[in-house]
Amino acid sequence: MNEPVRDQSDPACSVFSRLQKRAQLLQTLRAFFYGRGVMEVDTPILSAGTVPDVHLRALSTLVQVPGERDKQRFYLHTSPEYPMKRLLCLGSGDIFYLGKVFRDGDLSRRHQVEFTMLEWYRLGFTLSDLMDEVAELIGQILGDGRPVEKLSYREAFAHYAGIADIFTATAAECKAVLDARGIEIVGVDDDDKPLWEQLVLTEVIEAQLGRNAITLLYHYPAREAALAQVLADNPLVAERFEVYVEGLELANGYHELADASAYRQRFVEALASRKALGLEAVPLDEPLLQTLEATPLPDCSGVALGVDRLLMLQQGYADIKDGLPFGLLEA
Amino acid sequence: MATYSTNEFKNGLKFLLDGQPCTIVDNTIVQPGKGQAFNRVKYRNLMTGRVLEKTFKSGEKVDAADVIDTQLQYLYNDGEFYHFMNPETFDQYQVAAAAIEDVSKWLVEQDECTVTLFNGEPISVTPPKTTVLEVIQTDPGIKGDTVDSSGKPATLSTGAVIQVPMFVKTGDKVLVNTERGEYLSRAKE
Repeated sequence: MNEPVRDQSDPACSVFSRLQKRAQLLQTLRAFFYGRGVMEVDTPILSAGTVPDVHLRALSTLVQVPGERDKQRFYLHTSPEYPMKRLLCLGSGDIFYLGKVFRDGDLSRRHQVEFTMLEWYRLGFTLSDLMDEVAELIGQILGDGRPVEKLSYREAFAHYAGIADIFTATAAECKAVLDARGIEIVGVDDDDKPLWEQLVLTEVIEAQLGRNAITLLYHYPAREAALAQVLADNPLVAERFEVYVEGLELANGYHELADASAYRQRFVEALASRKALGLEAVPLDEPLLQTLEATPLPDCSGVALGVDRLLMLQQGYADIKDGLPFGLLEA
Repeated sequence: MATYSTNEFKNGLKFLLDGQPCTIVDNTIVQPGKGQAFNRVKYRNLMTGRVLEKTFKSGEKVDAADVIDTQLQYLYNDGEFYHFMNPETFDQYQVAAAAIEDVSKWLVEQDECTVTLFNGEPISVTPPKTTVLEVIQTDPGIKGDTVDSSGKPATLSTGAVIQVPMFVKTGDKVLVNTERGEYLSRAKE
């Protein structure tokens, strides 16, 4: 991959001009929501419970709570989703969060462990309404007039990988797509359909998404629903979308699951998967589960957007660090 | 045998793939928001020099390769083998001429080279980054033309042919960048 081209003539000046671009972006994002009557909420970063998802690794720290002999473990949030949903249950109305989140184990040109997330929830929005709003916001930030393209997950596999129906395709059919392109994979069982399917998406399809466009990929398989609703007329499909620009995944949105018992069920299933994989057990966010039971989540859609990546695309940075004052290893 | 897990992957890590020593050139973690993480790895096969790509499921392990870089003095070649010596232990190593075909034109006797050993056997040789060589043949420059940037070819004492400025004469010693095969300056005696 190419190294970023930096202006070496006056390094200090170029650093501050880059930070100014970042500041302008944060201001524009806030203005977008303040202008639409969406309230900013500054939810806690530390929480006693955390996300059980096997693919997310929350950082944690120890806090000396008065009256406790031993320090208590608190987790840094991987997204502000849980406290935001509690606020929605309690009647906050439309809300957004713009601030830092933390995910361990990921450091590359496209990731930092600590990164800035924009997450927002809109009451009464369908998945499609929210997709339109995300595309409008991204279009405004990128400002290059690129068209918006909506592509279903199934269509993407048909168009870019030649798999007519990914929902019924076999592991072997997925693997054949990678083999045909000379992409060698190590460590995946031949019959692991979900993983071969994921690899077709990340290794073959993703790089082609959002070329001179804002591409919204929607209707993911239900097994990747996370906390999204499943389509009433098709239990295989989740009401979830992701946004891609120039092959970069920018945002992930859901028509939010409302049923409190379904939350507990998906959390417990995730804990079981953690155990099966030999991962450490984590405490669930009980206040969230209790709030959902007491005062159900209103019908809403929500989305999380990676702000550092948006800045990367807006400014043409090759490394996500270029938009930050300091990366993790320089901090 | 020592192993490395994918979370130890970084540029320069030496590992074994199908018995061949390889070094990581680029390691990118691919982590979809809600999916299994993978390491997309570009690596150089140290035997063939080819750069290839493989994607490892995170958590996979590879065997460590016993590959070390060592500074050895180039002694001589006998047509079939190039002979090197460790200047401290006086251990001698021989490298097949075919294995260093592309760098042999920069080797000067007594120079210290970086020799990569795999299981104690040399597999590649990197000459010093710059070296001083004598011009054994070059056409005379046109009189008065001392700044022409186009230059002219010159044959050096090792047989290498490089572009040199017009003012360089047969018998001059020149400083050469061996990585790019480029003239840097005239060498002071």
